[in-house]
Amino acid sequence: MITSLDPQSRAAARGWSDITIRNVFVVPTVLFLIVFNVFPLIYSLGFSFTDFRASTKDPANFIGLKNYMDLLSDPFIWRNFTITAHYVIVSVAGQVIVGFGMALLLNRSFPLKGLVTTLLLLPMMLSMAVVGLFWKLLYDPNFGIINFAFGLGRFEWLANPDFALYAVALTDIWMWSPFVMLLSLAGLSAVPKHLYEAASIDRASRLYTFFRITLPLVAPILLIAIIFRTMEAFKTFDLAFVMSGQPTTEVVSIRLYKMAFQEWQTGKSCALAYIVLIMVLCITNVYVKYLNKAKER
Amino acid sequence: MAVVSSRGQKLGNRVAIAAIIVITIVFLTPIYWIGSTAFKPRNLATTAPPTILFEPEVSPFVKLFTKRVQLKPNEQVDRENAPWWEQIIFDGGERISRTGKGEVQLSGYPDRFMNSLIVAITSTLLAVSMGTITAYGFSRFKVKGEADLLFFILSTRMLPPIVVAIPMFLMYRAAGLTDSHIGLIILYTAFNVSFAVWLMKGFIDEIPREYEEAALVDGYTRMQAFFKIVLPEAATGIAATAVFCFITAWNEYAFALILTNRRAQTAPPFIPSQIGSGLPDWTVIAAGTFLFLLPVAIFTFLLRNHLLRGMSFGAIRK
Repeated sequence: MITSLDPQSRAAARGWSDITIRNVFVVPTVLFLIVFNVFPLIYSLGFSFTDFRASTKDPANFIGLKNYMDLLSDPFIWRNFTITAHYVIVSVAGQVIVGFGMALLLNRSFPLKGLVTTLLLLPMMLSMAVVGLFWKLLYDPNFGIINFAFGLGRFEWLANPDFALYAVALTDIWMWSPFVMLLSLAGLSAVPKHLYEAASIDRASRLYTFFRITLPLVAPILLIAIIFRTMEAFKTFDLAFVMSGQPTTEVVSIRLYKMAFQEWQTGKSCALAYIVLIMVLCITNVYVKYLNKAKER
Repeated sequence: MAVVSSRGQKLGNRVAIAAIIVITIVFLTPIYWIGSTAFKPRNLATTAPPTILFEPEVSPFVKLFTKRVQLKPNEQVDRENAPWWEQIIFDGGERISRTGKGEVQLSGYPDRFMNSLIVAITSTLLAVSMGTITAYGFSRFKVKGEADLLFFILSTRMLPPIVVAIPMFLMYRAAGLTDSHIGLIILYTAFNVSFAVWLMKGFIDEIPREYEEAALVDGYTRMQAFFKIVLPEAATGIAATAVFCFITAWNEYAFALILTNRRAQTAPPFIPSQIGSGLPDWTVIAAGTFLFLLPVAIFTFLLRNHLLRGMSFGAIRK
């Protein structure tokens, strides 16, 4: 104990005290984040109670909760939320199935394993807007390689209002299954080998081993992956915005963008932003809880 | 029995490896298609069925960087004295537009690419420096309400970009920061600092405190110990964090779309805007996409051992 206290007090006598260093190191960043992340949100909270339009010079009039009332009773907004929920479910479910399946396949030794794993992780590192744009060519009913590869003839992907959302979700699945794979692989490699050995001695079936050993032990990490992807899918903007102009793919973020920067209903869009913000904070809360749980392990 | 089961396992293994090969091919095809379209002649980019084998050419890249006009019928061009890259354009029935002084007019792409580089590199340097010292503060000293602060730091990153972009747009407009490099740099720094703090805290937590304490005994000040002991030990972590911040800033789309339109516009909002009305030239789009994705692809390989940690905010370590 003495050795750990002594050098610190001696160092303190020479240079800055630990408390000064702590403050110099921590306070500026926290202030910076408050100014650029919290202040804007307070600013927009104020606007959410007004009829402000950023395209005109008219002053903002206080209209109380009218924006919120209008939004919550607007069936079109609920459609945007339904579309978003639909998108979240399809794309996250797809990513979990494909990603976890890939992890199960890769969880063995084979030649060039490192290279193959890295190559498979590539899609999630790329820009969603830029790669999403290129998927328009892949989906093209006449020249696209997807219809060609799967022999689908002239199937319309993005131009079909009933199917566009699935097409966007499929691209999202392609981009983010590697993420679920990456986390699942970490979970799988952490399962102690002796459990499998014991199971094989007991002549446990593969299915039994999977459901009673593999799945329960990987579940916590898989859950983190699911929560993370749910949150990202809920926020989604780039892919749907770049790939499709269909009203059936108008997720909440796109509605928000149009309301704020095309219709210039600034006040109302701030109110919608706040509704979204509260929803995200709820998901984040759950997320961080699990994050901390995972860290404790 | 044992022999039979191991034979079964061997077969299972072979099936699994075959499946891995198929999946890898399927997953890489879109990326391969970007790369191959970038080297196709225009008439082979959109064919039915798609062209797989072709003679690669660099004309898409020449087109990507230059402004061109259609050749008028019977227009005479000086092919002999033109450089090779201009001859390629002549072959396509176009000529490169030039200023009155005869200088080649560049397309919007090189500027956007430069903007992306400026914004991503500057914001990465800022975010990583701030993130590293703040992470050290959180890692080594008691900070009141540490868990809440770390949660707050993280939560700022969880919001949909559009939610934050609306007030930022109004504030930047009032401050004259829209369509400026500084504006985007500040925003990306704020966006990445939270990530850098979380990731760097994990890396610094792993450096034994005894190293610094030994240095303090040797007569170092706390600051000297930080710069001479902790920073070199954390170098790998800093590099990994920097690459993650760079990639995030490089790929960012929504803020750039809303807050820039010309002078400071980065590549992600520019590349989709190349598709106007009419038939897009997919070879040029592919060439622009290819160059834009290349740095990220290289970084992914350099980063491969840290991907897990970075993508889970440091929650899961190997």
